[in-house]
Amino acid sequence: MSSPAATVAIDHHHDHTTSTGIPNKKLLLWAFLASDCMFFGTLISTHLIYRLHPVPGGPDPRHIFSIELTSFSTFILLMSSLMMALAVNAIQKGNVRSMRASLLTTAFFGAIFVGCQVYEFHHFVMEKHLTISNSLFGSTFYTLTGTHGIHVSIGILWLMSMYFFSFKKGFSERNAVDVDSMGLYWHFVDIVWIVIFTAVYLLEFI
Amino acid sequence: MDATVKSHFIGQDAGHAGTKGLVLWRPTAKTGLMSWLTTVDHKRIALLYGLFAIFFLFVGGTEALLIRLQLAVPNNTVLTAHQYNTMFTMHGTTMIFLAIMPLNSAFFNFIMPLQIGARDVAFPRLNAFSLWTFVAGAIILNLGWFMKDGAPDAGWFGYAPLTSKMYNPDHSIDMWVMGLQILGISSVAGSLNFIVTIINLRAPGMTMMRLPVFTWMTLITSFLIVLAFPAITIALVELMMDRLFATNFFEASNGGMPILWQHLFWVFGHPEVYILILPAFGMISEIMPTFSRKPLFGYPVVVFSGAAIGFLGFTVWSHHMFTTGMGTVATAAFALATMAIAVPTGVKIFNWIGTMWGGHIRMRLPMLFALGFIWMFMIGGFSGVMHAAAPADAQQQDSYFVIAHFHYVLIGGSLFAMLGGLCYWFPLVFGRQMSERWGRIAFWIIFAGFNVTFFPMHFLGLNGMPRRTFTYDGNLGWNTPNLISSCGAFFLGLGIAIFFITFVYGMLKGAKAPRDAWDARTLEWSLPNPVPEYNYAVIPTVHARDALWYQKHHADEIRQEEEAHAKEEDAHGGIHMPFQSFYPFVATVGIFIASWGIAVTDHSSNPAFWTPKVTVTIVGGAIMLLGFYLWSLEGADGYHIHVKEEKKSHS
Repeated sequence: MSSPAATVAIDHHHDHTTSTGIPNKKLLLWAFLASDCMFFGTLISTHLIYRLHPVPGGPDPRHIFSIELTSFSTFILLMSSLMMALAVNAIQKGNVRSMRASLLTTAFFGAIFVGCQVYEFHHFVMEKHLTISNSLFGSTFYTLTGTHGIHVSIGILWLMSMYFFSFKKGFSERNAVDVDSMGLYWHFVDIVWIVIFTAVYLLEFI
Repeated sequence: MDATVKSHFIGQDAGHAGTKGLVLWRPTAKTGLMSWLTTVDHKRIALLYGLFAIFFLFVGGTEALLIRLQLAVPNNTVLTAHQYNTMFTMHGTTMIFLAIMPLNSAFFNFIMPLQIGARDVAFPRLNAFSLWTFVAGAIILNLGWFMKDGAPDAGWFGYAPLTSKMYNPDHSIDMWVMGLQILGISSVAGSLNFIVTIINLRAPGMTMMRLPVFTWMTLITSFLIVLAFPAITIALVELMMDRLFATNFFEASNGGMPILWQHLFWVFGHPEVYILILPAFGMISEIMPTFSRKPLFGYPVVVFSGAAIGFLGFTVWSHHMFTTGMGTVATAAFALATMAIAVPTGVKIFNWIGTMWGGHIRMRLPMLFALGFIWMFMIGGFSGVMHAAAPADAQQQDSYFVIAHFHYVLIGGSLFAMLGGLCYWFPLVFGRQMSERWGRIAFWIIFAGFNVTFFPMHFLGLNGMPRRTFTYDGNLGWNTPNLISSCGAFFLGLGIAIFFITFVYGMLKGAKAPRDAWDARTLEWSLPNPVPEYNYAVIPTVHARDALWYQKHHADEIRQEEEAHAKEEDAHGGIHMPFQSFYPFVATVGIFIASWGIAVTDHSSNPAFWTPKVTVTIVGGAIMLLGFYLWSLEGADGYHIHVKEEKKSHS
């Protein structure tokens, strides 16, 4: 902390214009994610409460889920978090080109995840005859996982916007906080998926 | 210091350099309609919030008077049963979401940044977005009045299955669902902004334990909103899915549990009670010390009891459901938690009494309202503890006793404190004084009218009159109390009208108020009135809890410090101000169109019914996305103003 100018160049997590040193954008994202925790918490609770009181004659999730496919898409989503972390790391070092490559890979992995989900939904409806309205399980399952899918899709939109934005003149490590905030969102969406994967899919097989 | 300030501004310029070609133009008008639609100034946004909130206070008040008119005599036919249902539904929804919450937002927006020594909130355009989404949600909620389906009629609590497609097939409930969701977006966006502002934009020396209590309560309220609103948002999403896509969340015939709606609703609904009352606590905690000429008694206790209330607020929701058969353990646990929350609330009352104790009390208008608040909130609190006892609640449930209780809390509490707050900060906001004489007349009429209206309801409730009934038989012994109550309601309405006439008159013609009109203690009063656009010509340094009081009694040290600061301000060429922006408004228009499309879409296999409306939704969504994109592309850019002149006059 010898010279303020040097600190600005090195420490991207510290903002001297705020009381706490945390950049406003990051604090906003943290507060928003707290809100989103309650959002998903409510959806997951709804699903679990209704699983505790299943309708007699309702569908058996073990006959519907294809755990191999979902495990694969979960793995891909986790890998996308790794790529996101690499993107944040790259931009903090001022390496815009490397950041772009990592951003694209993150978005690509995210798209694979959403693709798997679209396939899964299609398969469940067409082959397993589980629709959003023909059973309570379908209602909670599609609403919960669909909401997560929308979160991932918004994340992909955000990633691609950031990718295109990075071609503007003046995009540099000063924008690290923007990429970092986006990364917080992306990691959060991944973490929520781990909870959903456990509570909705894996729990059925114990 | 120099280098960091510079780098901050280079960052701003860099963001601007790349976007010039894409963004049409930045609005710069300082007067006229366009300046209000594009404003990002927290003070102007606060005034707009206040304007709309007071408008809806009168809408909700009119609905209340119609309810009381209908109940004045037995077997009355002023309203039909259906009209009565829409009236009490919209009265509750309007007062909570369109009057009290936005009026609180007006106070948060205007006062909080000034109290912490900030130039604006952390995200000025997000602030404008919160305002316009509130207006959009309010319009959607009230559109039903002008449509053939009529306004929503399932109660502000929207219990399943009253709101299901089977029992409520028309679009009024869809309007209610979409309106509330948009209002949720508005509240959460606003609260995120306030949280970041309070945590990050405090003036040097303004530690958390030096924050004025009103700012503390703003912070706690904002956290409550951020954590409680998602629960109702999901409940509304599930209801919307039930109505639009025939899911089974609350469909008992397919295994859905209507009681889940009640849980989700009250997980939000009970914290909401504290969202409505904590800002009032904050205002009273500002008024009491100023007019008692003493520091607030037990400041840390006031702060921590506020936080305790915020926490306990999430643990008591099921006391709204004692009679639904949750089982003895759950009922006992929630009864216990509900009684526990009375402790920090009572502590606050003692703090205010302790503040007055031995003080030199000046009985001016804001103090009068503050005292009225304490009386009436205590009555509401006592009947609250009576409800906390589950066996007693089983008798009082859904009777007029409950209505008496929560009106004592919400009108006697929230609204009274806010009227006090309006009088208190009036000189700062408008640079004028409200008429003390007419204010007092209004106060006594409101005070009397309120008690005449709601006190008899305790007895009506204990005598078994149920709520939400549109009329009653003449031989049940309810006639006289109901007539008294209805007369009181019109008296109360008269008082509120006199208050706001006095308010508007004072705004336009009132006596000029000097700076620091009440000889107050907190930082916002150090500013000239009306407050300049940039708030502080020089960001103050805070040395003590009652910052202004300290300043006034340590004038020499403060002046030296300000001179040192003045050099720094000059070094980077004036005060940085954010540009106005079109896009929060544009994005909101998109959201409005899209949600209107969703609300009026019919669930039908015939494309002729839904295709045009889905098109409307898609167009709205596209406008929203466009608004958001242009918003992010134009960047958080701004300009500089020099305030040498103001500095000279700033002593």
